[in-house]
Amino acid sequence: MKIPILRLKDILLTSIQMDLTDNEAIDFQEDVLRTVSETEAKGIVIDIMAMDVVDSFLARVINDIANMVSLLGTQVVVCGVQPSVALTLIEMGRDLIGIETALNLDQAIVKLQRLIEEREMRP
Amino acid sequence: MVRSLGFGSADQTRVATAISELTRNVIQYAGEGVCIITDESNDSMNRIRVVVEDNGPGIADIDKAMMDGFSTGKSLGAGLPGTRRLAHEFEIESKPGHTKVSIVMKRRKL
Repeated sequence: MKIPILRLKDILLTSIQMDLTDNEAIDFQEDVLRTVSETEAKGIVIDIMAMDVVDSFLARVINDIANMVSLLGTQVVVCGVQPSVALTLIEMGRDLIGIETALNLDQAIVKLQRLIEEREMRP
Repeated sequence: MVRSLGFGSADQTRVATAISELTRNVIQYAGEGVCIITDESNDSMNRIRVVVEDNGPGIADIDKAMMDGFSTGKSLGAGLPGTRRLAHEFEIESKPGHTKVSIVMKRRKL
């Protein structure tokens, strides 16, 4: 099943609501990149609140998506990391390194808008 | 099952993540395998054991496979060392044709 990527003015919103197989995760990665590029979105929020288990593979895919989207020049915020997921990833020695995160969707959108503004202020 | 044995949500996630890491290795390297989850609780401790076995090619250098960032496949090289850090007990044995990883999670009963 395809994960919907919604467009909300100039940002994109996507929420992973199910457990992903490895292939679905890779498809999602390509889908996000293509949608960001096609819509010329200024930012994207990736909500992983519904994910109860994030193993090292999924952590890397999410990390990669965030870095790839940044490379396109679009701001990205990941939100909804469950406490037990954060605990497990750190214990495993795997972090969502160097990506912007927020506690929930509300805060993610506030943060994303600030990041977009900061970027536009830059000469 | 993990929950019904009295483990909290953090331990449930640890066990689920560990199983995901170990079974991913099996599917990637051996194609198929067996995962057996056993309740080893006693009067004072809740214990759960997960054994993942396969008949794949085996791990040539276990010490190396246990190092962070080492992988012979396309993965990330975080699976085995990460799993060892999640579990309270961790055993691994491997030879060509048989690989077995056994982990234990335990919590003192309240």
